[in-house]
Amino acid sequence: MTADLALIWPELILTIGGLITLMLGTFLGDRQVGIYQLSALLTLAAAAAAVVALFGVNATVFSGTLSVDGFGGFAKLLIYAASFICILIAPRFFTGGMRAEYPTLILFAALGMGIMASSRDLMTLYVGLELNSLAAYVLASFMRTDERSTEAGLKYFVLGALASGMLLYGISLLYGFTGTTDFSGIAARMGGEMNIGLIFGIVFVLAGLGFKISAVPFHMWTPDVYEGAPTPVTTFFASAPKVAAMALMTRVVIDAMGPAVGAWQQIIIFLALASIILGAVGAIGQKNIKRLLAYSSINNVGFMLIGLAAGTQAGVEGVLTYLLVYVVTTIGAFLVVLQLRDADGNYIESIPALAGLSQRRPGLAAAMAVFLFSLAGIPPLFGFWPKYLVFEAAVNANLLPLAIAGIVASVIGAFYYIAIIKTMYFDDKSDTEIPVGGGAIVEDAVITASALWLSVIGYLFIPMLAVVSASAAAVLF
Amino acid sequence: MSGFPILSLMLAIPAVAAIACLFAGDKMARLIALGATLVTFVLGCVMWAQFDIGGPQWQFTERADLFGRFSWALGIDGMALMLIMLSVFLMPLCILASWDAIKSRVGLYMAMFLVMETIMIGVFCAQDLLLFYIFFEAGLIPMYFIIGIWGGANRKYAAYKFFLYTLLGSVLMLIAMIAMIAEAGTTDIPTLLNYDFPIEMQTWLWLAFFASLAVKMPMWPVHTWLPDAHVQAPTAGSMILAGVLLKLGAYGFIRFMMPMFPDASAQLMWIVFGLSMVAVVYTSLVALVQSDMKKLIAYSSVAHMAIVTAGLFAFNQQGIEGALIIMLSHGVVSAALFFCVGVIYDRLHTREIDRYGGLAVNMPAYAIFFMLFTMASIGLPGTSGFVGEFLSLAGIYEASSWVAFVCTTGIILGAAYMLYLYRRVVFGELTKDDVKAMPDLNPREWAVLAPLAAVALWMGVYPESFLAPMRGDVTTVVARLAPAKPAGDARLAAGKPQPAKAQGDTAHGSSHAGGVQ
Repeated sequence: MTADLALIWPELILTIGGLITLMLGTFLGDRQVGIYQLSALLTLAAAAAAVVALFGVNATVFSGTLSVDGFGGFAKLLIYAASFICILIAPRFFTGGMRAEYPTLILFAALGMGIMASSRDLMTLYVGLELNSLAAYVLASFMRTDERSTEAGLKYFVLGALASGMLLYGISLLYGFTGTTDFSGIAARMGGEMNIGLIFGIVFVLAGLGFKISAVPFHMWTPDVYEGAPTPVTTFFASAPKVAAMALMTRVVIDAMGPAVGAWQQIIIFLALASIILGAVGAIGQKNIKRLLAYSSINNVGFMLIGLAAGTQAGVEGVLTYLLVYVVTTIGAFLVVLQLRDADGNYIESIPALAGLSQRRPGLAAAMAVFLFSLAGIPPLFGFWPKYLVFEAAVNANLLPLAIAGIVASVIGAFYYIAIIKTMYFDDKSDTEIPVGGGAIVEDAVITASALWLSVIGYLFIPMLAVVSASAAAVLF
Repeated sequence: MSGFPILSLMLAIPAVAAIACLFAGDKMARLIALGATLVTFVLGCVMWAQFDIGGPQWQFTERADLFGRFSWALGIDGMALMLIMLSVFLMPLCILASWDAIKSRVGLYMAMFLVMETIMIGVFCAQDLLLFYIFFEAGLIPMYFIIGIWGGANRKYAAYKFFLYTLLGSVLMLIAMIAMIAEAGTTDIPTLLNYDFPIEMQTWLWLAFFASLAVKMPMWPVHTWLPDAHVQAPTAGSMILAGVLLKLGAYGFIRFMMPMFPDASAQLMWIVFGLSMVAVVYTSLVALVQSDMKKLIAYSSVAHMAIVTAGLFAFNQQGIEGALIIMLSHGVVSAALFFCVGVIYDRLHTREIDRYGGLAVNMPAYAIFFMLFTMASIGLPGTSGFVGEFLSLAGIYEASSWVAFVCTTGIILGAAYMLYLYRRVVFGELTKDDVKAMPDLNPREWAVLAPLAAVALWMGVYPESFLAPMRGDVTTVVARLAPAKPAGDARLAAGKPQPAKAQGDTAHGSSHAGGVQ
C-alpha cells in the first residue's frame, strides 16, 4: 500500500494542492487572485514534474485498479498542460468576477482526468469520470448571473447524468456477464464466446464514453455548452477532457475489449464517420465562432476515432499524436477568440464581426488562419501530420473504405474553415472595431508559440513525437 | 559544387524573403520580392549550367532525415530542372507584372508569391513521396489568398471553388500514397520509380492519382474551376497559375503515374485519350465564343493541356518530349498572354473583348508582342508552340491515328479562336475614345514581355537547349513503359535491311547510287 502511494505522486499532489488552493480562496477571499492562481499553477507544475519523474515505470497499483504507465503519463502531461493554460488565461476574462473556485475546480477536474487516463478497472474509470464531470458541470455555469452560462451548466449536467447512467448500466452488464471489473479480466472473458449481454454492455459503455468525447450521435450537448460556457471554460472543455476521455476510450477498447474486435470495431467506425460528417455539415451554418469550434471538435474526434478503429499500435500512436496537435490547435484558436473584444471590452463571438480582421489585427488573423488550416489538415501545417497517421493506420489495418470515406468527408470540413478565413481576409471591414488588446502577454506568447509550432516547425518534432507516442502506445499491446 | 545544397538554398531564399515582406512597407516589399526572385533565378541558371547532361539521373541530391518517417530528400533530373527553370524565370516577371497593379496589402501579396515560389520549386525537386505531397497540397493556401484577396468581383466564389475542387482531388491521392508506402516500405521516389506494384493494385492506385492530377491538370470534365480561377485572379496570379501550377498535373503524370504504374497506364490509356480528345475539341469550341479575354485563354489552356496528356500517353520518345516542350512553351506563352490581357486591363479595367479594337494604331509595340504570343499559342513554326505540338502529334500518331486526327483539329480551332481574338482586340477601327487614350507599353511592361518573347523564340528556333537535359529521362520512362506498351495502329514497319550487293557483280549499276561509295 505504501509502495503504491509512491507511484501516484501526481494524483496526491493534485489532491493536496487542490485542497490548499481551496483553503487559500476561502480564507484569503476571492480578491487575492494572484495567490490562489499561483498555488494552482504550482500544483499543476509539480504534478507534471511527478509524471515526468515516473516516466518509464510500468506498474499497477491498488490491486490492479490503477495503472502507472507511459500511456497514462502522456495523457496526463497533456491534460496538466492544458489545465495550466486554462487557469492562466482566466483572470483577464473574468476580471472582477474571478473566484477561487475556478482554479480549484480545474485542479480537481484534472485529478479526475488523470484517474480516467490511467484507470484499468471499471470502478476507477467511473470514479475518475465523475470527479471530472462534477467539476465540469460547475465550471460551465461559473458565471452565475449569466443566463447562457447557467443554461450551459444545466444542459451539461442533465445530459451528462444521462450518459453516466448509460455508462453505469453498461458497466453493470459487463460486470454481470464477466464477473469482474478488471480490464484484463474482462478481456480474458471477451476472448471466449460472445453473448448478447456482453454486446449490450459494450454498446452502453461505448455510448457513455462517446458522450464524453462528444462523438455523434452523443454530441448534442457540445455546441450549446461550448457556446454558453465562459470562454476560458470552453477552452478547457475543448482540450483537457477530450484528451482524458479519448485516452480512456482507447484504454477500454484496446485493453478491456481488445479480443472482441468484431463487436467494438463497427461501433467505433460508425461513431467516427458520423462525427466527421455531422461535425463538418453541422458547422457550415454556424454564425457563432464558439459553436463552430464545437462542431470542429466533434469533427476532429471523428478523425481520432479512425485511428482507434484501426485497433493497432500504429493507430493508437496516431490517436496520441492527434490529441497533442489537436490540443495545441484548439487552445490557440480559443485564445484568439479570447482576444476578440470590441472597443467597450465586450467579447465578440459572431463570425461576421470578424470581417476584415486581417487588416485590423494582421498577426491575430494570421495565427487564426494557421489554426484553422491546421484543423482542416492542409499541409504544410502540422495538423496534416496526425491526420496522415490515423489514415495510414486505417489503410494498413485493411479499413480502406473507412479511410476513403473519412478523407473525402474531410473536404467538407475544409469548407467551413476556409469560410472563416474568407471572412477574416477577403471581406471588407465590419463595423465592429477590434482594438489591440493590451496586457495579455501570456496569451500573445501562447498564441505565437502554438502558431509557430503548427506551421512547418512542427515537422521537426516528428522523430521525437514518434518515440514518445510509440512508447506510450506500446503499453497497451 | 556537388556538396553545396543549392536546392535547399533556392527553397530558403523566397521563404525568408516572404517573412521579410510581411513586415516591410509597400515599396520595400516590392523590392525584396524582386530581389529574392532574381537571386533565385540566378541560382537556377547556375544550376542549369552545372547540370551534367548524360550524367547520373538524379543530380544535386540532398538528403537529411529530419522527419523520422520521411526525409528532406531533394534532387532533380532534367525534367524537374526545366520545370524549376520555368518557375524561377516566371516569378520575377510576375512580381514586375504586379508592381503597380497591386496597391493594397502589398507585403502580404508579395509574401504569398514568394511562398508560392518555394512551394513550386519544392514540388519539382522533392524526392520523397510525403514531402512531394506536402508541397503539392501547400500550393492551395497561397493561391487561395491570391485569388480571394486581390481577385476580381466574384473572387470569393472562385477562391472557394479552386480550393475545394483541388483538395477533393488530392485527398484520394494521399490514400493511394499511403497504400504505396505500405506496399513498398519506402517513401523514396527513385526507389518507388522502379518498384513493381502488383497489377490489380496498380489499377486503383492509378485511378486515385488520376483523380487528383486530372483536376490539377485540368482535364475535361473537371476543368471548370480553371476559367473561374483565371478570370478572378489578378494578372500575376493567372500568370503563375497557367505558367506553372497547371504543369503540376502533367508533371505528376510523367513522374508518378506512368513509371510507377506502367501496366495500369497502358490499360487505362483509353480514359486519357478519350478525355483528351473531348477536351481538345470541346474547350476549343468554347474558347471560340468567349467574350472575356481571360476566359478565352483559360479554355485554350485546357485544350493545350489535353494535347500534353495525349502526348504523354503516346508512350514514345517523340510524344513525351513533345508534351514536355508544350508544357514549357505553354508556361511561357500563356503567362505572356495573360500579361498581355493584364496590360490593357490595367488601362481600361475591363476584359470584355468588345470594349477594345484598333489597338494596333495606338499601341504598336503591344500589338507586335501580342501577335508573337498569339502565333506561339497557335503553334506557328519558329515559335515554341510549333516544336511541342509537332513532336507530340507525331508521337500520338504512332500510338493512334484517330487521336492524332482529333488533336490536330484542336490546332486548327486554336488558330481560329486566337486569330479571332487578335483581330477583335488589335485590328479594326480605333473608334472608342477611351481606347484611343491608352498609352503604349511602358518600360516595366517591356521588361516583362521582352524576356518572355525571347524565350518563346529561342524555344522555337533551337529547342535542343531545352530538350537535351530531358532526353535521358524521357528515354528512361519510355524504357520503363516498353513492356506494357500496347501496339499502336500506325503499323510501323521498319524497312528490312538488305545486304548490299557485291560490288563486283553490278559494276555498271553502281553508278545509280551516286556518290555512295
